[in-house]
Amino acid sequence: MNPRPSYAIGTGLFILLGFAALAYLATQTTSVVAVHRGDSYTVKARFTNIGQLKERAPVKIAGVRIGDVQSIQLEPQRMDALVVMSIDKQYNDIPDDSSAAIFTSGLLGDQYVGIEPGGSPDFLRNGDEMVLTQSAMSIENLIGKFLVNGGPKSSSPAAAPASSAPASGNP
Amino acid sequence: MNARLRDNWLLDGIARVGECGLFFVAVLGALPKSLRYWRELFRQVWFVGAMSLVIVMTCGLFVGMVLALQLYYTLSIFGGTAALGTVVALSLFRELGPVVTALLVAGRAGTAVTAEIGLMRATDQLDAMSMMAVDPLAYVASPRFLAGVIAMPLLACVFNAMGIFGGHLVGVSWLGLDNGTFWGNMTSTVDLHKDILAGLYKSIVFGGVVSLIAVFQGYTAPPTSEGVAYSTTRTVVFSSIVTLAFDFVMTAFLT
Repeated sequence: MNPRPSYAIGTGLFILLGFAALAYLATQTTSVVAVHRGDSYTVKARFTNIGQLKERAPVKIAGVRIGDVQSIQLEPQRMDALVVMSIDKQYNDIPDDSSAAIFTSGLLGDQYVGIEPGGSPDFLRNGDEMVLTQSAMSIENLIGKFLVNGGPKSSSPAAAPASSAPASGNP
Repeated sequence: MNARLRDNWLLDGIARVGECGLFFVAVLGALPKSLRYWRELFRQVWFVGAMSLVIVMTCGLFVGMVLALQLYYTLSIFGGTAALGTVVALSLFRELGPVVTALLVAGRAGTAVTAEIGLMRATDQLDAMSMMAVDPLAYVASPRFLAGVIAMPLLACVFNAMGIFGGHLVGVSWLGLDNGTFWGNMTSTVDLHKDILAGLYKSIVFGGVVSLIAVFQGYTAPPTSEGVAYSTTRTVVFSSIVTLAFDFVMTAFLT
């Protein structure tokens, strides 16, 4: 039996350390653990505008993550976005008249799907579609409306005639 | 006269690239045979990898710390310091980890490999091996090449982990960012395939490039003390240039 070379232990430790570092990076700095679930079921929802929603974005009820967005496709006939969400099996008692809306976390954060529970006694099942949806709030539209409607109330003497211009312009 | 000299210089350069390519093929061809000398491979992994741990870990820690400091300043201009963890992790995984590790290994292990093989050549050890029916490509060149390919991604992982640790140290313990924000934003953005594995592919390629250049320069070093010295210098210069050039190309492809 050959004596164990002195470098063998060092090599082994180095390789183990390298893989330990890889495992650490893969589990602690990514959301692989959060994405990995046991069983899940899928629910569909249609939105007229998904804003910046991306695949793997979280799906939340009351701010708690219950699943994630599996795929986003354009529905060719209706020209709206079909968002397929996979939801953790343990949350299988979501009423089927719940509504889905796209929210932004923070002012400039990532977008996520928030589900507002309804009151129906029946629950969503695999493959069901949520009918009530609310599209992403786009900041550009908000600013546009804000500008058209004449801004804050403090300037209402100036804004009021401007906003009623089409009505007062006719006679 | 001058033009002819430049012609020769250019042709020499092209010929060296060609030789290096042929040498690469020869080393790959000798790889199956070199597995017989797995003890030698182990010793090289120990030399290239384990012996580089100290420098790689120290540099990783400091790179992570300085990244956190610099990015904190930049992000505070935009009021986005919550993204510090994300930005530190992405810069490390996608760019700095593979590249800085490759440069460090080229400087620490590549030079040693070149000098060692160059001296073997100068003292006729390689010819002696051929006389004893030991293929020097399989016994000397291939294990060192393979050791670089194996060790580099592992070293890059260690570098990244130390960098995250350093960034956390500065961002959370020193600058007072919220621990949950730091980790939460990082984990929600960093992707295993797009970020971590793409960085690993890079460092596997860098490992091959750096160790190929080191072995090639040593193998073809002029058998004089001056020749070995020049070859060692060229190893560092060429490794650095080719690493950064490959980095650009691979980043363009992988993103």
